[in-house]
Amino acid sequence: MDTININYLEDKFRKLQSSTSDDILNNIRKEGFKAFNKNGIPSARNEEWRFTSVGNLFKKEYDLSADNLKITASDIDAIRLPGSGNADELVFVNGRFIPELSVIRSNEKECIIMPLEDAVKSEYQDLVNEHLGKSSLFIKDGIHALNTSFIYGGVFIHLNKNQVLEHPVYLYHLSDTRINHTLAQPRSLVYVDQSAKLQLIESFTTVGSMDSFTNGVMEIVVNTNAIVEYYKIQNDVVNASQVTTTHVRQIGKSYAHGVTISLNGGLIRNNMNIVMEAEGNEAHLYGLYLLKGNTHVDNHTLVDNTKPNCFSNEFYKGILDDNASGVFSGKIFVRPDAQKTNAYQSNKNILLSDNATINTKPQLEIFADDVKCSHGCTIGQLDEEALFYLRTRGISKEHAQSMLLGAFAEDIVMQIKNEPLRNYVEKLIFDRLSVN
Amino acid sequence: MLSIKNIHASVEGKQILKGIDLEVKAGEVHAIMGPNGSGKSTLASILAGREEYEITEGSVSFLGKDMLELSPEDRAREGLFLAFQYPVEIPGVSTTNFIKTALNEKRKYHGQQPLDAVSFLKLMKEKMQLVEIDKSLLTRSINEGFSGGEKKRNEIFQMAMLEPKLAILDETDSGLDIDALRIVANGVNKLRNNERAIIVITHYQRLLDYLQPDFVHVLVNGRIVKSGTKELALELEEKGYDFIKDELSLAEAV
Repeated sequence: MDTININYLEDKFRKLQSSTSDDILNNIRKEGFKAFNKNGIPSARNEEWRFTSVGNLFKKEYDLSADNLKITASDIDAIRLPGSGNADELVFVNGRFIPELSVIRSNEKECIIMPLEDAVKSEYQDLVNEHLGKSSLFIKDGIHALNTSFIYGGVFIHLNKNQVLEHPVYLYHLSDTRINHTLAQPRSLVYVDQSAKLQLIESFTTVGSMDSFTNGVMEIVVNTNAIVEYYKIQNDVVNASQVTTTHVRQIGKSYAHGVTISLNGGLIRNNMNIVMEAEGNEAHLYGLYLLKGNTHVDNHTLVDNTKPNCFSNEFYKGILDDNASGVFSGKIFVRPDAQKTNAYQSNKNILLSDNATINTKPQLEIFADDVKCSHGCTIGQLDEEALFYLRTRGISKEHAQSMLLGAFAEDIVMQIKNEPLRNYVEKLIFDRLSVN
Repeated sequence: MLSIKNIHASVEGKQILKGIDLEVKAGEVHAIMGPNGSGKSTLASILAGREEYEITEGSVSFLGKDMLELSPEDRAREGLFLAFQYPVEIPGVSTTNFIKTALNEKRKYHGQQPLDAVSFLKLMKEKMQLVEIDKSLLTRSINEGFSGGEKKRNEIFQMAMLEPKLAILDETDSGLDIDALRIVANGVNKLRNNERAIIVITHYQRLLDYLQPDFVHVLVNGRIVKSGTKELALELEEKGYDFIKDELSLAEAV
């Protein structure tokens, strides 16, 4: 099978549509599938996908169902992250939110967590209708549309007004590939109401030896005076690929803080979007990719300034070894109304092998005249002078190298404000870099 | 302790050292002086193991070992220390952690157990007092944002911690004001003993006033052209390098 094989998806789409009855989701899916058919799988001719070739991911047939699952509570114990002891833990298996495997510790006064199917029939119907699917206006490729075509088993998280949630909300994505290749398409809608604070942590794990492909979309809406922190940890096996989108809309003056840590996997594409829809918004985006083998990681960021006085800072760093490849594409829009925008962007890379590659591309489109924007990128090797200095003190070359790489990575790791999670990531990186 | 024989070295095809001979014994302090571009720092660099330099001829033996065969880290573990002319800033690596790692790698090389946290802190405290360095500097990243004087003091502090058998101070006096120079020189003097040899590379008499070297060598154009006692340095200070150059051209003329 070396041609793109997507015909079977139509049959699966029709079956899903006929098995469910609510109009809101049916309509969104219908529009999604229309867009999927129109746009198809992006090729290298699509500028947004020039350096990330997803064709190969669509040459095999995937199981899209989450039926007959053999995931047990002990499987979940194996993927729990540090700091989850008092947290809300949402478990997704093959893209479906599974309430029975999840642990929800928030009370209803603080935070509402329910399947999307329930949300559209609840008092939140209008809210879901208003906000679900807005990311389609920004990402128009077939992959995103494919997720929308199969919205089923998603989750709705509503953080209530004035609730400062002390504990984080974990989303564990588990792909079970013990029988078939699986395509998981998790979908989440998160609404952080006024003056509330939420910390979200996503991680991905594949169980089984067949291939997994996760095509996920999370839409986060942040209201006035609210704070959202978002952490994505990617440390899966090499036959696990993913295209995951985090689309954040700051609809009131609010604060967003995102950190994406990519340590292992097959092909990874992260779309991180911030839409500044209100005056005075602030967003900080960080990313670290520490890659080896044949792993490919593509970080696409978008900061769209539509209103005045918004501030954004992006800082992405990468260390690439072996045949690993990376992409950083940072798009900043400053719309005509968005005077006094401050938007900064920096991408720094270290290549440790002759076969590792990085493509980095800042893209600033500025339509206002009173703004401060900057971008910069570097690609280099380790600082030879620093390496020599450490060695002249008796530190081995390998150890000196790991010290310098650890220091390079630390800038990003320290942006993880959740301490148990930060310590966990620090240890993963330390173990990865340390010499025996 | 250190025996340099007929060392020739070049960088990018350019010959810089053209036959250096030098014998340094335990407990001795040697000063190497010379005009800009004479090869002083090159000599320090090849001794420490900098890889950009190609050694085309000659040998260096350190404590009976062929030093040129050793990696920079093994030279350090054998007891060599180079105080850099321009200490490198390394953001993100804490000075304390760095020195602890260095010390323990050296101990491991010699078959010793790593120092436990308490002994390490005790040693740090003791050496900090010796070289008059402030604790706050050591909690920061290596040399990051340090003033020139702080960087040089940090070099001497590292020397105190690592207790080398042979220390090479490469223009440690450059960029220091009078007070900083005195503190650094006092630190070095406290680290002098009968077992430790020191090579001081400098342009000026100032540092030598404090250190009182046993021998002074003048390096011109890649060769040691004159060696003597500390009085030679005074003579150089008074007459400048030209008098040596004049002597040389006279000698060559004959």
